[in-house]
Amino acid sequence: MSVALVLVSHSTRLADGVAELTAEMAPDVVVRCAAGDVDGGLGTSLERVQEALDAALAGAASAVVLADLGSAVLTVESALEIDPDLTRRVRLVSAPFVEGAVAAAVTAQQGAQLEGVVAAAEDAARSIGPEPVYELVESSGAEGPPVAATGTQGEVVPEPGAPSSGAADEVSTVVEIRNPLGLHARPAAVVARSVADFGVPVTVEGADATSVLALMSLGTTAGQRVTVTARGEGADTAVALVTGLIEGGFGEA
Amino acid sequence: MTELDVGWAERWIRQAASDLKAGRDELTELDRRIGDGDHGNNMDRGFTAVVAKLDGQAEPLETVGQVLKLVATTLMSTVGGASGPLYGTAFLRASKVVDQATADAGHLVSLVEAATEGIVARGRAHVGEKTMVDAWQPAVEAAESAAESGDALAVLRAAAEAAEAGAVATVPLVATKGRASYLGERSAGTEDPGARSTAMLLAAAVTAAEGAAA
Repeated sequence: MSVALVLVSHSTRLADGVAELTAEMAPDVVVRCAAGDVDGGLGTSLERVQEALDAALAGAASAVVLADLGSAVLTVESALEIDPDLTRRVRLVSAPFVEGAVAAAVTAQQGAQLEGVVAAAEDAARSIGPEPVYELVESSGAEGPPVAATGTQGEVVPEPGAPSSGAADEVSTVVEIRNPLGLHARPAAVVARSVADFGVPVTVEGADATSVLALMSLGTTAGQRVTVTARGEGADTAVALVTGLIEGGFGEA
Repeated sequence: MTELDVGWAERWIRQAASDLKAGRDELTELDRRIGDGDHGNNMDRGFTAVVAKLDGQAEPLETVGQVLKLVATTLMSTVGGASGPLYGTAFLRASKVVDQATADAGHLVSLVEAATEGIVARGRAHVGEKTMVDAWQPAVEAAESAAESGDALAVLRAAAEAAEAGAVATVPLVATKGRASYLGERSAGTEDPGARSTAMLLAAAVTAAEGAAA
């Protein structure tokens, strides 16, 4: 694996938790943590950062670094200042810690080079966006709890499993999410990896299926029907691949 | 005095360690009011570690730059929060401009300039934001003005006096950078702890040089 990940956090538990998350989604990517101060308390330590960088670069051609708060950033910058040679192989990215790490790890797992992994991490902020992820739904008294809408209102949804064509070379299938938590982290990673490996662009409800964060941001739930779309050569196989994975329930349903 | 030697650099750092230990509670109290209350302990811990490293040197250090680089790496490793990387970068940059056994007035001006550039680059702070830059930047200007005299001690004195005045001048400022900025208007009325420790550090450089002159 050519690009490693280094997680620099004030908290060992925070870094370990993010590393656990990335390990599940991107099992082959080298991830090293540099967390806590020299005494193991909250803070960052130059030595730990240097050790983590060395360890990461021992197993990879380059490393992307994520840092959680101000002085963690300063500590990484200090390490790069002390050893300017590192800057050829190490990039400190401006990205949200969790989302950036996940995006970077999954992209590295897909075989991207340094620039691609950096771009994925830095693009991860968009998955959060300026708006709340979930709009609060106002409960209207006696009508009981609101029911989550599934599918897009007003849209004629074809039956599951029946491929349909929009544009000339577009293949599209509607499939029902079976696993209880929807396309959460692990299933999203499975889909993203498979689509990336297959090499034909696929969207799920319009979201790029190679992006774990885009898939997770759909906020899908069990029972929801989603449209899987691909276009061009190999489109039908790619759509079948993704619908197959979703119908399989990822071993959770 | 035209030159200061590597012995001065070591005395400076030991004096700074002693002054920061004596000033630990003052720094901590300032930081408790407008920060997270650990600046005094952090600086004391960092410079105590530096002194231990100086004591543990098998071979005597040969250049002023070597002393400053040892300070830099030790502070970066041992001082928590932002001040470790900030002071560490300051000493690292300074170490590169005085890579010889003695420092003349011009070297000392470069030292203060390089240290300040390091802090500005690392902290992305500017004058007036109630940070240590408010002590360093006036020190640079004063050192540059004093350089013509060719007197190394005069350069240090000018820098230290300007840093002291700069630190005091942070009292009424409202912080717009660093943790104190979370307090907004409430940060006014307290001296910036980083500017205070900067003033202590440069005053120690003068004390160490005066010891050499006496």
